[in-house]
Amino acid sequence: MVELLWLIPALPLAGFLVLLFFGSRIGEPVAGWLATAAVAGSFVTAVVVFLGLRDQPGDLYELTLFEWIPAGTFQVDVGFLLDPLSMTMVLFVTGVASLIHLYSIGYMHGDSRFPRFFTYLNLFVFSMLMLVLGDNLILTFLGWEGVGACSYLLISFWFEKDANASAGKKAFITNRIGDWGFMVATFAAFFAFGTVKYTEMLPDAAGLAVSTATFIGVMLFIGAIGKSAQFPLFVWLPDAMAGPTPVSALIHAATMVTAGVYLLVRVNPILAAAADWLPTLIAWVGVLTALLAATIALAQTDIKKVLAYSTVSQLGYMFLAVGSGGYSAAIFMMIAHAFYKGLLFLAAGSVIHGMHEEQDIRRMGALRKVMPITGGMFLVGWLSLAAFPPLSGFWAKDDVLAFALHKSPVLYVLGLLAALLTALYITRETMMVFFGEARWGKSVDDELAAQAAHTGPGADGADGEVVVGEQGEANAVGEATVATETASGPDHAHAAPEPVPAHGVTPHESPWVMTVPLMVLAVCAAFAGLLNLPFNDSLKFLDHWLEPVIGENQAQFETSGVKLAFELGISAFLSATGIAIGYFTYIRHRFPATFIEQKLFLHGWYIDSSISRFMGGPGQRLFELAALFDRVVIDGAVNGVGRATRGGAARLRTVQNGYVRAYALMIAVGAVVVVAFVLTQVTF
Amino acid sequence: MRNLDMAYLVLSAVLFGLGAVGLLVRRNPLVMIMCVELMLNAVNLSFVTFGVMLDDITGQVIVFFVLVVAAAEVVVGLGLVVAVVRRKPGATADDIRLLRG
Repeated sequence: MVELLWLIPALPLAGFLVLLFFGSRIGEPVAGWLATAAVAGSFVTAVVVFLGLRDQPGDLYELTLFEWIPAGTFQVDVGFLLDPLSMTMVLFVTGVASLIHLYSIGYMHGDSRFPRFFTYLNLFVFSMLMLVLGDNLILTFLGWEGVGACSYLLISFWFEKDANASAGKKAFITNRIGDWGFMVATFAAFFAFGTVKYTEMLPDAAGLAVSTATFIGVMLFIGAIGKSAQFPLFVWLPDAMAGPTPVSALIHAATMVTAGVYLLVRVNPILAAAADWLPTLIAWVGVLTALLAATIALAQTDIKKVLAYSTVSQLGYMFLAVGSGGYSAAIFMMIAHAFYKGLLFLAAGSVIHGMHEEQDIRRMGALRKVMPITGGMFLVGWLSLAAFPPLSGFWAKDDVLAFALHKSPVLYVLGLLAALLTALYITRETMMVFFGEARWGKSVDDELAAQAAHTGPGADGADGEVVVGEQGEANAVGEATVATETASGPDHAHAAPEPVPAHGVTPHESPWVMTVPLMVLAVCAAFAGLLNLPFNDSLKFLDHWLEPVIGENQAQFETSGVKLAFELGISAFLSATGIAIGYFTYIRHRFPATFIEQKLFLHGWYIDSSISRFMGGPGQRLFELAALFDRVVIDGAVNGVGRATRGGAARLRTVQNGYVRAYALMIAVGAVVVVAFVLTQVTF
Repeated sequence: MRNLDMAYLVLSAVLFGLGAVGLLVRRNPLVMIMCVELMLNAVNLSFVTFGVMLDDITGQVIVFFVLVVAAAEVVVGLGLVVAVVRRKPGATADDIRLLRG
C-alpha cells in the first residue's frame, strides 16, 4: 500500500493541470469541487499509505521516481522519503488543506477568478507535498520555492488593489532573503557530504567538523527564519493577510510557514553536530519572536492581523522547541497549531464573510448570537490557542515549555510570559468579536466617524504616522493610515469621509461548506492533545512515532509527578489569568483597554516602519551603489569582452580582402614556412 | 645520370617558380589558370624525376592522378572564367572580390 506514495503529490498536480488548462471552461462550482476532490483524494491516499508504512521496517520507505539532475558526482533524483516525520506532515497538510479547499468553495463564491483560485491552491498543495516528501535538499528547495511562489500569487490574488500587490511582493522579497540561506546551505552540504540526499547525508552529520556543521546549520536557520516568519524577517506575514482568508488559513497559518520548522527538525543531526550556541540562538530567536509578536497582537484592530501576529508568535514557540532539543514538541505544536489556527482563521473568514467584508474588530461584537456555529467553533479555537486545559494547545504548549525549562529557566519564564500574552490577546479578540454589545449597527459608524473627525485623518500616509484617539475605555482607537496596515479588507482607516451605510451591516451565518470544515477542525483542535499526553511514557504516541527520525538528538529528561503537576498548574493558571484579564478589560471594563493596547504594540514596535525608512533612505543609497557596481564593473566586463571580440574581428577581417593573388601569396608563404620548419626538424 | 637528374629538378623548380610568380602578378584569370597548370606540371616533372632517381614506379603513377585532377580543375576553372567574362567582359581576377571580409 506504501507504493501508492507517488499518488499523494500526483493528485493535486493533476488537479492543477486540469484547472490550468480547462479551469475557466469548467466554471464556478465544479472547479472548486474538482480541486477539493483532488486534495481529499490525496488525503485518503495518505491515510492508506500511513497504514502501509507501519508495516515497513523502521517505518521508512523510499521511492525514486526518476533521475533528475545527473551531473558527474552530483546526482539528484526525484525521489520521496517517507518516514514518520514526513508522514505526519503529509497527513496534516492534506487533511487541513482538503477542509480549507471545501471552505473556499463557499468563501470564494461569486469571485470572478474562482477557478484560478483553486488552480493556485492545488499547485500550492503539490509544492508543499514536494517540500515535505522530497528525499534531498534540492527537491525540498523546489517545493520551498513553489510554496513561496504560490504564496505570492495568492496574497496578491485580488491584485486590483495596490496594497495587495505590494503585500505579495513584500512576502516574496522577504522570503528571498531566507531562500539565500537555504541555497548556501545546500551548496555547503554538497561540499561537505558530497550528496544532498537526506538518507546519505544525515547519518554522516555526526562526523562533520563542528565549524562546517555550524555553518550549514546557520544557513538553514536563516532559510527557516524567512519561511517561518521569525524575527527579523516576520514583517511579511501580517501583510500576507491581504490574501483571501482561506489562503491565510492554509498557507500563512497551517502549512507553508511551518516549512522552516520542518526543515530544522529534518536536519536535526546537523544541528546536533553544530556548535552549542546554534540551538541556543534558535531557542532565543524563537522565544523573543513569540514575545514580540504576542505584544503586537495585543493592539491590532484587524481580525486577521491579530491571528497573523499570533501565528508568528506560535511559530516562535516551535523554534523555541527546536532550539531546546524538543523536536517532537515542535512537531506536536505544529500539528495542534495547524488545527486551531486553521480553525481560527476559517472562523475569522466566516465572520468577515458574514459581516460583508468587514475586518475591523471594533465594529463587531455580540456576533455569537447571529453566527452561532462560527462563534461556537471560534470559542474552541480561542480556548485552544489560549492553552486552556484540556484542549490541544495546552498540551502542546506545555510540552514545548517543558523542553524550554530543561534548556534554561530564563527561556521557560519568557515562554510563560508569552503564554500569558497569548491568552490575553486571543481573549481580547474573542470578546470584541463575539461578546459584549453589538457595534456593527449604524451607531458604531457614527461613533467611529466622530472619533476619526476628532483626531483628524492622518495626513502622512507614507511614513507610518498614526493618530491615536483616546475616547472611551473600551474603544481606544488607533487609526492607522500606513498603506501596509490597511493592506487587507475594506479601507477602514478612511471611514470618516465616506458616507455611512444607511442601516449598517446585517451579519449572517455562513453556508454549510464553510461551517462543516470549522466543525471538523474544532474537533481536531480539541482532541489533538491526545497525540502526546505527558503523564505516562506509553501515552506519548507522537514521541515514539517520531523516534526513528529524531530519537538520538531529542533532549532526554524525566519529568516526575510533582514537577509535571507544577508545570501544568502554572500553565493552566497563566492561561486562566490571561483570559480573566481579557474578560475584565473588554467585557466588564474594569481596566482601561489603553493599558493593553499600547501605541508601541499597535505599530509592531516600529520594526516594519524602521525597515521601510531604512530601505527608503540609507538602504536605497546602498542598493544604488550596488546597482552602479553592477552596471559599471559586471556589465562593463561582460560588454567589454563582447566589444573586444568585435573590435578584434573588425581588424582581422581586412585580411580577407578578396584578392585571389593575396590568398595565393599567403598560401605560398605559408608553404615555404612549413617546409622550412620541416627541414630544420628533419635530419638526413 | 646524376647531373641530368639534377637538371630536371632545377628545370622543375624554375617552372614552378615561374608559375607561382605568374599567379601572383597576373590578373587575367585565363593566364592565372595557365600558371596553375604550369605549377602542376612542374611538380609532375619532379615526381617523374624522383621516380627515376629512386627507381620507384610510384612517382610516375602519382603523375596520372595529378593529370586527372588537373583536368577536372581546368574544367571547373574555365567554366567559372567563361561565366564571369560573359557577365563582365574584360574582367580581371581583382574584379571578382565579392567575398571579401
